[in-house]
Amino acid sequence: MTDEKITQIPDAQAIAEGAEVTKEMAAAYTGSTMDTDKMWIIMGPQHPFSHGLWTLKICADGEIVTDADPIVGYLHRGWEKEVENRTYTKIIPMADRLCYAASMTYTHLFCMTCEKALGIDVPEKTKYIRIVADEINRLQSHLMWLASVGTDFGNYTVFLWSTREREYWMDMNVRLCGARLTTNYPRIGGVRNDVFDIDCDLPNDEDHSRFLRDLVRCCDHFDKALWEIVGLVDNNSTFMSRMLGTGIITREQCANLGITGPAARGTGIDFDIRRDNPYDNYDQVDFDVPVINSGDSYARYMVRVEEMFQCTKIIRQCVQKIKALGRSAPYRLKVPSKIPAGRTFCTLEDPRGESMMYLHSDGTDHPYRLKVRSPIFVNVSASKPLLEGCRIADVPIIMAMIDMCLGETDR
Amino acid sequence: MDLQIREYQDSWEAEIKSKLEAKFAGKLTVTGTQTRKVLAKVDKSIIKELCLYVRDELSFEHCISVMGNDLGDAEQKMEVIYHIENYTLYKGVILEFTVDLSYDELHIETVSDVWGGANWHERETWELYGIVFDNHPRLERLLTPDNYEFFPFRKSYKLREAQ
Repeated sequence: MTDEKITQIPDAQAIAEGAEVTKEMAAAYTGSTMDTDKMWIIMGPQHPFSHGLWTLKICADGEIVTDADPIVGYLHRGWEKEVENRTYTKIIPMADRLCYAASMTYTHLFCMTCEKALGIDVPEKTKYIRIVADEINRLQSHLMWLASVGTDFGNYTVFLWSTREREYWMDMNVRLCGARLTTNYPRIGGVRNDVFDIDCDLPNDEDHSRFLRDLVRCCDHFDKALWEIVGLVDNNSTFMSRMLGTGIITREQCANLGITGPAARGTGIDFDIRRDNPYDNYDQVDFDVPVINSGDSYARYMVRVEEMFQCTKIIRQCVQKIKALGRSAPYRLKVPSKIPAGRTFCTLEDPRGESMMYLHSDGTDHPYRLKVRSPIFVNVSASKPLLEGCRIADVPIIMAMIDMCLGETDR
Repeated sequence: MDLQIREYQDSWEAEIKSKLEAKFAGKLTVTGTQTRKVLAKVDKSIIKELCLYVRDELSFEHCISVMGNDLGDAEQKMEVIYHIENYTLYKGVILEFTVDLSYDELHIETVSDVWGGANWHERETWELYGIVFDNHPRLERLLTPDNYEFFPFRKSYKLREAQ
């Protein structure tokens, strides 16, 4: 499938393998014999494709990209240094601000790292509540990505439909923790509030909560709605011709460059931390990890869409488990404010890839060193191999498949 | 290289530990093993050789991060910490290598040619800590402005106290 498309660009395969773009090759493609000296084009920091403040410098030979140089750092605020002056509790809302599209995962990761350093195990119910919260965030992050891909393609309907569906998950977020984006929900030793305490002013029966009921209804609705959006993309030849066979990287390149998450699973890397290095109770939940081998933009798109279906599958199972544990099960432990001296690290499957926190504690109530590994920071550093040999018009689509989020990239 | 994916077994950490200690006796000490984690203290002279070994022989394909850590004036040294992950033969296992560098000699060999993903991590570590990665293809400032004169994550660089 991809091989047919790639032949549309003469010598694209050779360029992807590192061959120099000659004037003859460019002339064969453009049909022009004009002088085709290379030219650096600066896209950003405020550019419709960039979805945040960053700059992509591309070197174009005619219409073909031969080199790329991403420039980040516009949002660098020294997060890792700032937190060294703050107590562990005060870092929780700061961790929210690392990624505005999926804030829950970073707060979750921070709390999980502290719990590991303290050597405590959170209650069963908390683990399932955190999984539900994470998956809601994964869904809204992926839907925001799908919406932005729609505008990158110039298809406004995809944008509108995706954001419409995202609102349902936003509403669930608001009911769970009172905020749309910066949720401030996980706590060291648990979560802020129980899922059974939500909507107290409305009649809840003894065993079930209206929130859990509505969560399942949301899942039922979303599974149908997502098929409609997917139909809008998959039946559209414009989408397909711009995704199939563009931005190809191989599995080996991808692993070596450190690309993780849906982008890596789109090249055939069969790895998901939720399954292969499970945290919380992901090992108690049944779900599939979508893996596609073709390594082009379409593969990355398909992996994300399939992940959204798996999210609802996970949420449904967790709702059952939370209901079985019941209202009386504990959801939060009391924890000391000081963490004993030592070092620990945790990894977590963020919607965008693999995030990691490394905590070096010195026995006080604030960290000595807290390192954040952002998946996008590494993914965007691989811009050159992703873009080499593609056309300038394909740059926004290929970069959109990375799902940029500058808050976590620059930290 | 055999890239067959294997399911996790309890014996892997001990297996990796014995392989590393046999290969780099005297220069590498395994300080601990946890589930899917092997932690080691490494002499800086073997870091490149070690990274090539774990990539080529043990199939650790993915460099999660390279980070710096300033241990302060009392110890007069910094650390470079590597986290490396496996996708196939030891699926899910993460290696942690800690290298000590004294304040007088903040130099270490780059591993960005072993794993391309380490490139930006090393640039970041250099600009924030001043640890020089020898033979790095492009050791330039990344997050801070080009004309910035400080290494802001060092402990000697004081921030205002929290309110």
